[in-house]
Amino acid sequence: MKGLSAKWSRCMLVLAVLVAGAGIGNARAQAAVHPVIPDTLQQRIAACTACHGAHGEGTPESGFFPRLAGKPAGYLARQLKDFQDGLRKYAPMEYTVRQLSPEYLQEIADYFAAQEVPYVHSPMPRLAPGALKRGEQLVTQGDPARQIPPCSACHGTQLTGVQPDIPGLVGLPYDYISSQLGSWRTKTRATVSPDCMALIANRLSDSDISAVSAWLAGREWPADMHAQAPGTVTPPLHCGVLGKQGDGA
Amino acid sequence: MKRAIVAVAAVLLLLGGWWFLRGVGHAPISPSASKVEAATLKDPTLIARGEYLATVGDCASCHTTQGGARYAGGRVLATPFGNVPAPNLTPDRDTGLGEWSFEDFWQALHSGIGRHGELLYPVFSYTSFTKVTHDDALAIFAYLQSLPPVHQPSKPLGLDFPYSVRNGLKAWRALYFREGTYQADANRSAEWNRGAYLVQGLGHCNECHAPRDALGGSQSNPALVGGQIPAQNWYAPDLSMQANGGLAGWSQQDIVALLKTGQSSRGTAFGPMAEVVAQSTQHMHEDDLRAIAIYLQSLPPRAAPKADSSPLDTKTVLVRGAQVYVERCADCHGKDGNGVAGIYPPLSGNSSVNEPTGINAIRVVLLGGFPPVTAGNPRPYSMPPFAQQLSDSDVAAVVTYIRRSWSNQASPILERDVIKYRHTPID
Repeated sequence: MKGLSAKWSRCMLVLAVLVAGAGIGNARAQAAVHPVIPDTLQQRIAACTACHGAHGEGTPESGFFPRLAGKPAGYLARQLKDFQDGLRKYAPMEYTVRQLSPEYLQEIADYFAAQEVPYVHSPMPRLAPGALKRGEQLVTQGDPARQIPPCSACHGTQLTGVQPDIPGLVGLPYDYISSQLGSWRTKTRATVSPDCMALIANRLSDSDISAVSAWLAGREWPADMHAQAPGTVTPPLHCGVLGKQGDGA
Repeated sequence: MKRAIVAVAAVLLLLGGWWFLRGVGHAPISPSASKVEAATLKDPTLIARGEYLATVGDCASCHTTQGGARYAGGRVLATPFGNVPAPNLTPDRDTGLGEWSFEDFWQALHSGIGRHGELLYPVFSYTSFTKVTHDDALAIFAYLQSLPPVHQPSKPLGLDFPYSVRNGLKAWRALYFREGTYQADANRSAEWNRGAYLVQGLGHCNECHAPRDALGGSQSNPALVGGQIPAQNWYAPDLSMQANGGLAGWSQQDIVALLKTGQSSRGTAFGPMAEVVAQSTQHMHEDDLRAIAIYLQSLPPRAAPKADSSPLDTKTVLVRGAQVYVERCADCHGKDGNGVAGIYPPLSGNSSVNEPTGINAIRVVLLGGFPPVTAGNPRPYSMPPFAQQLSDSDVAAVVTYIRRSWSNQASPILERDVIKYRHTPID
């Protein structure tokens, strides 16, 4: 008897919802009682998009949550693995990706890599005189005396990155670039060894980091912001993330 | 008379000192002096069984550091008494179990005594592992000895005085440790006994799912009543499936599904349980999972919770909580708190929502995250973290609303509870 009345009241509830839905036409209220969940990756990865944006646009105005859109898939998958392994340190990210499989991480990386999101300019810092010139010099020529290769040697002639593992450096906020270089020095960001970016970041002075980051952040964007084709650069250092590439010079 | 009292006191002191300082266990036994022949340990069938049992015991979870070689140790386990690094279980001669015989291993697992007679800290759950049979222990040892040796020295113990004095554990053991393998209950079915053996022994479920007292001893009678996990700040819920139990209303199939896939129609694994499912239970045989469910089903009903006597007027909080719920939660968990079958867990009647402390609900709202990836749920839907989007008072309001809506009648949450757990470290 009790079971029957429970079933009956459930029927009435469903009916009431349907009537309310049809009568008032309030689709949202109906959806909220019986949510319809799209079977899409975007829906599945709400834990990612809450901070990084539905299309990986990030928060360019503050630079706090990095843009993921359009970054090479191999690079993104590597970063997720590095958070899993504790090489990159950021507790909320480490927690979020901890139990994900390599296949799922790759699918998530592919999703963000495929997003086409317009780039936006971010605020620039006040700079010491001559800083931009020093930044340009480091990015395009490096500093051979301190064994600092030019950024463009790996990150591409247009600094838009190289498929599948090397990220672009243009279109990123000053705060983001400078904090990444800083985190290599404080060991909160690392990757498989040899970690050539850690080597380079430690050869840069504090003012060099500001100079490079500012020049990159303020640089005019090339017409095509996509990463260059694979194999179009010959890295001057042997980097763990690049496998067999790089001549180890 | 006075002299007699002094004499008795002196004798007692000496006896106490002797008891305190006296060595325990046997001297190290080298593999060549072991009663177990080397060929036995190389038996592939035994090794395969040992691999399965080591997975059931989730040994790798503690004995592997983040990003490190499996079973090579190095994960530092935080306890209220200090940090204890998990040792290397690979057969490396200098830093692992390369010089260990099965007798040494058995003494550690069964008696909580190290190879050199040192008392082991009970963060290594020998309080549960003592129930593991000799045959199962041998299989696990054979498996560990078959691993590639990894040279990885143990990190130093991070315990302060007096916890750094190992012999202090004698008193602790007298209070909390009962040595002995699992004894089958002849009045119960073979399945029930298998479940009890797995839950009480290798599964070491009671190490988290029971309250711990000030000395870190875990309550075992009644067992599995739920408890806060020290230092990690999660609440492992009550596992009784009967009246007022944390899993009241769960079916056997719900238990099996949660352990197999990380999800069930009643709730989803997250936090430390997500790790347990991903690393251990999803790999367990269906009949073992069913045996666990059968055993859990026999846990007794619990006392009805005391009616909430909180003098707080929650009216305004509930109004705000309802607003936040509609804006942030209802699209996935439904206005009725029933979730979406197979995708998002129900919040109504959810043991992790209603657990006594509210820690789980607070932290899940703050952290969001993914259920474990399993063969049965390879691409799980996730929950957004709200730490950056909701203020402490809004988190308190929405958690209070969730804990007091639909079938839920749990205590309200205060802003200061949220503040406390907002900055809890994640591991």
